[in-house]
Amino acid sequence: MKITINGTPHDLRATTVAEALEEAGFTGKLATALNGDFVPAGLRATTALTEGAALEVLAPMQGG
Amino acid sequence: MPTFYGTEVSSALMLGTAGYPSPAILAEAFRASGAGIATVSLRRETGGGQDFWALIRDLGTRILPNTAGCHTVREAVTTAQMAREVFDTPWIKLEVIGHADSLQPDPFALVEAASILTADGFQVFPYCTEDLIVCEHLLDAGCEVLMPWGAPIGSGLGLNNRYGLRALRAHFPDVPLVVDAGIGLPSHAAAAMEMGFDAVLLNTAVAKAGDPAGMARAMALAIEAGTAAHAADPMEPRDMAAPSTPLIGKAFL
Repeated sequence: MKITINGTPHDLRATTVAEALEEAGFTGKLATALNGDFVPAGLRATTALTEGAALEVLAPMQGG
Repeated sequence: MPTFYGTEVSSALMLGTAGYPSPAILAEAFRASGAGIATVSLRRETGGGQDFWALIRDLGTRILPNTAGCHTVREAVTTAQMAREVFDTPWIKLEVIGHADSLQPDPFALVEAASILTADGFQVFPYCTEDLIVCEHLLDAGCEVLMPWGAPIGSGLGLNNRYGLRALRAHFPDVPLVVDAGIGLPSHAAAAMEMGFDAVLLNTAVAKAGDPAGMARAMALAIEAGTAAHAADPMEPRDMAAPSTPLIGKAFL
């Protein structure tokens, strides 16, 4: 499955958001959005990826 | 001390976490400031997010995540939803930016996003202008605090429209008001508190000072002085002189 994660192209075996996070090596305090929509942590395992999907993986960062 | 959405915080200083020379200096500045609230953001995870999270947890302050950099209602709402999950708080500093150079808020999108978020259970801290009508609409949308700018973000220009800020304070005597953005010097922060604002939110003035911890302490002192001055009911200014030394008893020489 070809998707982008944080704007970078990936070719993954994953079919869900949770699997994509694991396959791409993301751990820790994170939030996810798929094609611009928030995906709560509890729904990552059941949220399916589609070809060309854009996954955003965000983490705590400095801010004003 | 200010109370936001039923939560009393330990200081009228709200401090941002961006732009410090190092994490150690950030922590030192927070200790020196006594700030009760730290603002944070969410960005694409590139490896630094988890260390930053550990640092922020150790500050012991309340966390106010922002939607900085969002230009549309959709971006801001999605970012707020993600922030609520990551930071485990209903608080959100809602920024919907209308112009890339001035970073001034888009008031129309701001009101729309505030309305969506408050309906979804968020406690919204809107970064807004000092426009009375925009502020009315934000309150109608469910906001229980207003955060008008002093000047553009990062400019350090201080309080650009003192009349407008004073009018806002007078118009909404019971709404917690925070001057957010534009503070460059302790005197600006003191002026906001003298006017009766409930708190001041600043970042760059401390982070970009030569000695961030020293400036953080100066800001804390200024906010304390401004708060005490407001409580002491300042005199009304006047255009003409008024002698303070009694005229009665003056010698005829």
